[in-house]
Amino acid sequence: MSRAVEEINRRMLRARDAMDRAYAEPLNVPAIAQIANVSEAHFIRTFRATFGETPHRYLQRRRVERAMFLLRATDRTVTDICLDVGFTSLGTFSRSFRDIVGEAPSSYRERGPIAAVPTCFAMAWTRPSSFGEAGAKDVV
Amino acid sequence: MFNALLISSIYVLDQDKALDFYVGKLGLEVNTDQDLGFMRWLTVNVPGDTRQVLLERPGAPGLDEKTAEQARELVTKGGTGGHLFFTTADCWKTYKELKARGVEFTEEPTERPYGIDCGLRDPFGNHIRFSQPLYAATTTASASKASR
Repeated sequence: MSRAVEEINRRMLRARDAMDRAYAEPLNVPAIAQIANVSEAHFIRTFRATFGETPHRYLQRRRVERAMFLLRATDRTVTDICLDVGFTSLGTFSRSFRDIVGEAPSSYRERGPIAAVPTCFAMAWTRPSSFGEAGAKDVV
Repeated sequence: MFNALLISSIYVLDQDKALDFYVGKLGLEVNTDQDLGFMRWLTVNVPGDTRQVLLERPGAPGLDEKTAEQARELVTKGGTGGHLFFTTADCWKTYKELKARGVEFTEEPTERPYGIDCGLRDPFGNHIRFSQPLYAATTTASASKASR
């Protein structure tokens, strides 16, 4: 990896992988910045330049995507699922979910069970887009 | 019509480092390592398997320098589609062996409807998965659980 940008990309990818792996844990941006081995402010700026959104938003979308999966694949309550995917407040969960998906968790659940696909792929492909998402306002 | 898939290709940024990783760490074997002049034709395969993976360096003559730079950037941010999926007889055992060799995992072995499966990155950013398929795992599943 000769060029600096490649080295930086790789570090940002490592941090993003950590979010994909540990989304259910009480992760926060300073902790993820440490994985990338850079200061928090630098991390947020660089991550956004690399992947088009802030690390906070990426983590939110990952958690919401996992919640979408659990809502349709399990019978767990909305509150349980909120906690399962790493949110600590039902209010924040519902607001983020509605913001990204465009409807409430309970109404999303009414779409019914998902067809069987390899779940590792489902996790990779079903992550809701932050580009043109429902009510896309500021990406914070 | 076709009767097999023989070679598929992924982009690597450095073929020597790729050899260290794919052969030295993941345990694949070199199939062909040939200097063609305009490129180094480097393929590896799973021991005993005929299918080859071309470890291709993005650049001339296929790509101009600017495009090659873009390809390298995409690889390092995990943006190319070059996934490799391997199978193993024992996912946990393989995971532990590779972890001990310093392989960077994205996901530890996870039970899925089709088997036990996990994910890793090569040094450049390519995504690799391997799984212990359910149909082949029924007799070893309890053993591998016990070894956790």
